[in-house]
Amino acid sequence: MNTEIKIPELSLVVLVGISGSGKSSFAKKHFKETEVLSSDKCRGIVSDDENNQAATDDAFDVLNYIASKRLKNGLLTVIDATNVQAEARKPLVQLAKSFHCLPVAIVLNVPERVCEDRNAKRPDRNFGKHVISQQRSQLRRSIKDLKREGFRHIYILDSVEEIESITAIKREKLYSDKKEDTGPFDIIGDVHGCFTELTSLLTTLGYTIQEAENDSTHHGFNVQAPEGRKVIFLGDLVDRGPDSPSVLKLVMSMVNNQTAYCVPGNHDMKLHKYLSGKDVQLKHGLALTVEQLKNEHPHFINQVKEFLYSLVSHYVLDGGKLVVAHAGLKEEMHGRGSGAVRSFCMYGETTGETDEFGLPVRFNWASEYRGKPIVVYGHTPVPQAQWLNRTIDIDTGCVFGGKLTALRYPEQELVSVDALQVYTEPVRPLNWDATKALSQQQEHDDVLDVADVIGKRIITTRLRNNITVREENSIAALEVMSRFAINPKWLIYLPPTMSPSETSALNDYLEHPIEALNYFKSQGVDKVVCEEKHMGSRAILVIGKDEEAIRTRFGIENEGIGVCYTRTGRNFFTDSELEKQFIDRVNKALTSADFWTRFQTDWVCLDAELMPWSAKAQALLKDQYASVGAAASAALTHVMDVLTETTARNLGGLDELQKRFAAKKEMMADYTTAYRNYCWPVNSVDDYKLAQFHILATEGAVHVDKDHVWHMNEISLLCAHDPQWLMATPYHVVDLNDQTAVDATIQWWTELTDKGGEGMVIKPYQFITTGKKGLVQPAIKCRGREYLRIIYGPEYTAPENSVRLKNRGLSGKRSLALREFALGVESLERFVKKEPLRKVHECVFAVLALESEEIDPRL
Amino acid sequence: MLLTLSTTHHPATDLSHLLHKHPDKYQTIELSNGKAHIFYPHATDTHCTVALLLDIDPIGLVRNSGRTGDGAFALRQYVNDRPYVASSFMSVALSKAFSTAMNGTCNKRPELVDQIMPFEITISVLPAPKGGELLIRKLFDPLGYQVNLERHMLDHQFTEWGMSKYFTLKLSGNFKLKDVLSHIYVLIPALDTEKHYWVGAQEVEKLLDKGEGWLKDHPEKEQITRRYLKGIGGLTRNALGRLLEDEEWNEEEAVDEEPDQAKETLHYKRLKCVMEELKNSGAKSVIDMGCGEGKLIKMLLKEKQFDKIVGVDVSFRELEKASQRLHLQEMAPRQRERLEIFQGALTYRDQRLYGFDAAAIVEVIEHLDPNRLHAFERVVFEFAQPNTIVLTTPNSEYNALFEKMEANQMRHADHRFEWTRNEFESWGRQVAQKNGYQVVFKPIGEESENVGAPSQMAIFTRQSA
Repeated sequence: MNTEIKIPELSLVVLVGISGSGKSSFAKKHFKETEVLSSDKCRGIVSDDENNQAATDDAFDVLNYIASKRLKNGLLTVIDATNVQAEARKPLVQLAKSFHCLPVAIVLNVPERVCEDRNAKRPDRNFGKHVISQQRSQLRRSIKDLKREGFRHIYILDSVEEIESITAIKREKLYSDKKEDTGPFDIIGDVHGCFTELTSLLTTLGYTIQEAENDSTHHGFNVQAPEGRKVIFLGDLVDRGPDSPSVLKLVMSMVNNQTAYCVPGNHDMKLHKYLSGKDVQLKHGLALTVEQLKNEHPHFINQVKEFLYSLVSHYVLDGGKLVVAHAGLKEEMHGRGSGAVRSFCMYGETTGETDEFGLPVRFNWASEYRGKPIVVYGHTPVPQAQWLNRTIDIDTGCVFGGKLTALRYPEQELVSVDALQVYTEPVRPLNWDATKALSQQQEHDDVLDVADVIGKRIITTRLRNNITVREENSIAALEVMSRFAINPKWLIYLPPTMSPSETSALNDYLEHPIEALNYFKSQGVDKVVCEEKHMGSRAILVIGKDEEAIRTRFGIENEGIGVCYTRTGRNFFTDSELEKQFIDRVNKALTSADFWTRFQTDWVCLDAELMPWSAKAQALLKDQYASVGAAASAALTHVMDVLTETTARNLGGLDELQKRFAAKKEMMADYTTAYRNYCWPVNSVDDYKLAQFHILATEGAVHVDKDHVWHMNEISLLCAHDPQWLMATPYHVVDLNDQTAVDATIQWWTELTDKGGEGMVIKPYQFITTGKKGLVQPAIKCRGREYLRIIYGPEYTAPENSVRLKNRGLSGKRSLALREFALGVESLERFVKKEPLRKVHECVFAVLALESEEIDPRL
Repeated sequence: MLLTLSTTHHPATDLSHLLHKHPDKYQTIELSNGKAHIFYPHATDTHCTVALLLDIDPIGLVRNSGRTGDGAFALRQYVNDRPYVASSFMSVALSKAFSTAMNGTCNKRPELVDQIMPFEITISVLPAPKGGELLIRKLFDPLGYQVNLERHMLDHQFTEWGMSKYFTLKLSGNFKLKDVLSHIYVLIPALDTEKHYWVGAQEVEKLLDKGEGWLKDHPEKEQITRRYLKGIGGLTRNALGRLLEDEEWNEEEAVDEEPDQAKETLHYKRLKCVMEELKNSGAKSVIDMGCGEGKLIKMLLKEKQFDKIVGVDVSFRELEKASQRLHLQEMAPRQRERLEIFQGALTYRDQRLYGFDAAAIVEVIEHLDPNRLHAFERVVFEFAQPNTIVLTTPNSEYNALFEKMEANQMRHADHRFEWTRNEFESWGRQVAQKNGYQVVFKPIGEESENVGAPSQMAIFTRQSA
């Protein structure tokens, strides 16, 4: 007698039994409450009456809906309903199939009389005896049909005793679940009988292959793997090639002694069919395999048959981070089991059309893949293995004269050996798309999908975990991004907003270095870098060594060798000729400084300030700043004239008024001086000045792991190559425990801002610093007293004004700055890791979206 | 900021009687965001001057407004010309400080009310953004003032920036005081147009009240009314209608005079052409890509042929307008089922755009940077693939006929390009060829010799369809 029932970990368990057979009690005993969906409960939910038969349709709608959500999320689900009719079970089997889970039937076959007695004890179950008998006869008819209906596991419990004897329901992992095996692996594409190439590839990978006696494990080979590595064969071991039997022997030996996994390919399965005596057409190279196997011992043939039969459609490995299957696998099928899953693993997805070579057009499931696990597959020969959306096809057509390729995991390194010859002429030439200038990923990324940016979004960043973008903010960002931003392929970074220092406790100042330095000290930071804040506009530069570099790395053609864009992703220059001259000049300095070689890169992303401000903000300056100045100075001059005229009249109280307006006039003059500092005429590219302060990223590296002095030094090396035009940033490294150094910095700031300088930016010595309360602000600005006139208005220093302005809150701004900083670093890291553009774009888009959060723009 | 009013009437101090303000006292009155100071720089029998000096609180102006910022230009709030100019604040101050004089009451010396006196008025400074000097003259000349204007430079250190929009205005002439005050009360905000308070129906009453006796006969009455009411059409029509008691007011004419309205007419023609093409295509489902505030959708809804109408626009604000204009909330369920509106950008691939019989893309592409057209083409022609695409864009050749336009100027500040007929057609053919469409081109609006019609249209038809 059974005491333990085994079911697959992810299954749809359908309880079958007439009313009163004890389904609910059984479910309660063996499953979690949340796993059980009861039709009675659903009746109650939709009608307030668990026995309301009129509510049955609505109740099952609800039940199906919940079941589908659970299955989609990979959760075992139990259906507690009579399920005695075939038409009731059919949709459940369908449901299980559509989520690629296995349907399980557990039949509680209890005598009618027991059920009647039980029902009689329950006042709410007053349906007639005939109902029970009808259910009973339906059940009887059902039992033999269950297998045909598609249930993969069927348990029939024929008595109350048998039901009670079940002590546990054991949930078994699927065969495909190898999450506990973390590798490392060497994943090998379609071999197709190319034995020599296979041994040479294995040798290259560090495996040693020895001849061995045939025994229960070895089929003539003994393979030693290097440092605990394992091979994963992606199937299609046989057909077309010169020596399929040896390939089988080698692979079977390795699988047997656990140095390899193997998933089946369509060719392998066809061979299995043939060996099992099924009617199979000897096409596509099968005839050759059959011929090669002719002289093999029947015992071996039998073993081949068993081996092929034992192959599992796909594997999920390394904690779910890696999925392997012959023809690839969609995300919703990972770790699931159904005929559809097996078929997808074997054949992939086809559109039903054929291409110009008469081959089936394969629907490129990878182009829609959005999953996290890496999927490694073969099946479709490609000239070059290429990543697309975290998937890679490594069948490089060895048997067609291409290469046999392995992907080393987790290194993600490709290792290939060339085919010794063309064993079979391919129907479609292997190099048919080799002329394409852009990589597969770049082609795919040519147009971004709106679904990857709109709505509420949660972005996981390395520096600050999950960052939420609210829907209203992505709405705003979509408009700005699509109307004003540059081609998203350039846009690999947007800079974070920067918080000012806390409001100064000093009477005369709104901002002062004391508070800025104290902030870092309070965070446990001992060393900071104080950089002069330039009086220009923020500019991000992405510059390539040449157009070829931009094409290969960014997938951009005919848009020059670089861009310069603003903090909201807009083109800095409206004049494309000027832009070209500008970019060329930076490029020249980089080349002359030997930057490309020193950084082993052919592109760079730089963070900079471009001066003068008037060049970018001409309209703002004229329409806003100069206008206010012009209006005020004309009006105040007139006011002072009239007030002076009036003095002779000795009107009481007029003195005060005169003083008041004289002060206004003075503040206005200071204001005009302040904005004038930002203006100089720009007639050509020579009139600009560029001050870089971060070398953000180059090929293979995001330089946020370097300290700011490194950045300053590297940049000053660059500046030396165009000293008239590139500006090094004056800076001080300050030990916050050294009061003399702190005082000297304050002194420096005071002198700087008294001369009309904008102020300084204080950064922790390390680019990324974590303090007592988590991530520390990457930078705090401390703006000069005069500069702030153009932010808070000309008269902000008047006592009655400054006292009100001092009341300002920074927490919103600071939180925003950290979130944007994390997103900015994330976007660069993703770009450098060559993630799909949408993954980079989502971060950049999020920065823009966050910028639409309502924060006092003067901060 | 400052208004001075002088007279040489004899005795000049009669002015103080009329104003109800003692000549030897300096007074201050409270305004909503600041104060106004009133004093007499001169008060003799031969020469009397009153000064009204505004002292606006720049911080209060921002903090009490309750308005929220809009990006970079939110800085405008603190760095603001309002405290220094003569604006609606000045009008409010005038009516508060001199209300009795403005109403024409003078209990002690009633005979002074209708006394015509020589006046000289100086206003520092007056913003006149559009039309500038000419406009100021057109407003004051007909009333009988001698106008003297001094325009101020933007910045003496940067002469290349040119002149500002600010003027010091000197007016002189012989008037009744109450008329002078009324003129200034109405004409200052008409010149400035930026009102510091909400313009509602109440403003119509104020305008009619203060304009009594002179506005009706002013040759610029329409412009004054429109500008005073911030160009709000309904209010303007109401005011003008009442002002002229319906005798000479002709709405149609006025509409044609307004440049924006003239464009509207072309736009209407354009929409009618597009609509015709959509109907002829036999489409049942239509998507309006770049629907804006929903003008075309409104027309499409009236046609039974279309059982599915979708509007997409990148601007959420436009979509909100559209749903208001189309009364989406109150729409009958059957109608509502036909219509859907959502935000989308035509440079992102978007499944929601798939599966339509026809698409209208009216005056959209010229708002895209040329290097983004590639993405647009793929999104619309390659991915969305409607059977029919009706697409319009301006014809830049026609710009030569717009008198006010300078060479190389575009019709809208946001246009990234405007194409000649040749450029448009060669783009259209190339896109059609690449994506399996056939294309024909048609003019929109009346064609002129050599330059064609103001707008141009391409009708793409999918070949396999």
